Formats: sequence, structure tokens, C-alpha cells
Amino acid sequence: MPNLELYNQVFIESFKVKSDQLDTLAYQSISAWDSVGHMVLIATMEEAFSLLFDTNDIIDFSSYETGKQILRKYNVDL
Amino acid sequence: MSIKRLLENKVCLITGTSRGIGRAIAERYAEEGAIVYANARKTGSIDEWAKEYSLKNQTLVSPVYFDVTDYVAAKQSVMQIIKEQQRIDILVNNAGVVTYELLGLINFENLRNMLEVNVIAMIHLIQIVSRIMSRKEKGSIINISSIVGVEGVKGQLAYSATKGAVISLTKSAAKELSSKNIRVNAVAPGMVDTERFHDVFEKSFKERLSDIGMGRLAKTSDIANACVFLGSDLSDYISGQILGVDGCTIL
Repeated sequence: MPNLELYNQVFIESFKVKSDQLDTLAYQSISAWDSVGHMVLIATMEEAFSLLFDTNDIIDFSSYETGKQILRKYNVDL
Repeated sequence: MSIKRLLENKVCLITGTSRGIGRAIAERYAEEGAIVYANARKTGSIDEWAKEYSLKNQTLVSPVYFDVTDYVAAKQSVMQIIKEQQRIDILVNNAGVVTYELLGLINFENLRNMLEVNVIAMIHLIQIVSRIMSRKEKGSIINISSIVGVEGVKGQLAYSATKGAVISLTKSAAKELSSKNIRVNAVAPGMVDTERFHDVFEKSFKERLSDIGMGRLAKTSDIANACVFLGSDLSDYISGQILGVDGCTIL
């Protein structure tokens, strides 16, 4: 599965959203993306891409778009 | 009829295994069939022992060398374990430093270092390993505290502060991770007959033997056996607890 598709799939499964909602998704923009939901997202993203985020990146991972920039730091090309 | 070992195939990371309690925990875990990733600071220091124990117990005992306060190295080691095993089932936070001094003689540089090793490094490992455990929605984290963290003691204020912190962080982590079926408990040893403690005991604590109800120092295997229980499925419904292993010591 291409990386972008996998990235999108993580959001869709973690928050039960549709693909057309992804672009505007941000922390606390939907009820599912609260602090608990955030850790679910992080854990699922780490498993999907076989990596472990630094704590600062977990804190900074505040939106669908920001997440893409963060993943690039871990050599994940989206 | 074969008897299933208590920790058969459980992937375990144990810190501070070069000697003493950590070594005993790693050995008992291997004896109970665990896949043991045994941490020590000095590269090469436990290679021979790890090879011997792997063969002796027909399991894998693999040295992982890092200083627990080197957070980059700790994370890299955890990632290596995941690459090899795809999971971590048990984390034993044993690595620690100890000092003995009266309040007026506390060296604050030493205290900061002790907090870094005994508390902050422990929280860091819990943070990253619990995320791994949450993928399988199961895990056991065992933190080594001390009777002095529970009761306090004259002459170890600084050390007891760090071990008291281990108690509260254990309880908090247990509450936060219970929904993921990740158990977090602490073992609070009394006075243990280790190399490190032996000289100190002879010089300064011998009169304390009468404070121990069972009349003897703990063996390292006493502590290790408690850790086997807390790592095994026998303790599946136990979390947030501080298990004293002290032979009924009154401080």
C-alpha cells in the first residue's frame, strides 16, 4: 500500500472519519481527536510505519497536514 | 507431562542486569522461559553470562547495552527489540543508583543524577514501552522501588525521595494504562544481600538485622520471584500495587 494511502487509513480507522474529511482534520476539531484519541492515533501511526516518535513530535502532531511534515522527518515519503 | 514455564515466550526488557537484583531477575526470567533482553551500561560486560544462560535455559538472553539516561540509545534499543520480536510483554525497571547520607550532607548534584536515573529514565521507558504494549492491549510493567520509599529511613532521605516517586508514578501509570490492559506494579525490597549493599551493611546496618522479622537479609532471588509473579499471567488482575518483599522489616 502506498505511504499516503496508509497514512490516510490510519486516520480513517482511528477516528472513524471519511476520506473527504481528512484535509481539515486537526486536534480537537472532532470529538474523537481528544488526548486519548491522539495517543491511539500515535500508536497506530507508529505501528503502521514501524517507527517510534520523539515526544516533541507527538506533541506537535496537531493536524492531518502537520503530521505529514513530521513523518518526513522519519524518512517516510508521503 | 511437560510443565509450562511461567513466562514462556514472553518478551522482556530488564534494565540494570549487570549484577545484584537485576541479574537475579534476568536469570529467573530465563529459567521461566522468557525471551530476555538484558540491559547493562558497559558494552560487552554481560555477553558471556547471556550466552551461558541462553543455552542453560533453552531460551534467548540477549544483551542490550545502553545507559537508561541516554534517551536516544534507549529508544533505539527498544526499536531493535520490536524489529526482532514485534512486541514487548514485560518491562522491568530495575536500573538505579543509591546513596547514603544524612540530610545535612546531601550533595545536590548527586541527588539530581539519582532522580535522573531512578525516576526520569524510568518514566521515559514506561512512556515508550507502553505505546508498544498498547498495540497488543496487554503488558506488565514492574518498577523496583524500596521499603525506604514506603516508610522513609534516617540516612537515606535523597534515595527515599526517588523511591517514593517510583511508588506514585507506578500508581498513576497503572490508572492511565489499565484501559489498555497494561498492568503497572512496583516491588519494594527490604534490605537485600547484594554485593553493593554488603559492605555498607557490614559497616553501618548490621544492628538493623533485629529490625527484620525473619532475621535475615533478602536474597536477590526473593525479589526476582516476586517479579516473576508480577510478570506472569498469575497476576493478570493485579495493577497499581506496591508489593513489599522485606521479610517483615520495621524501619
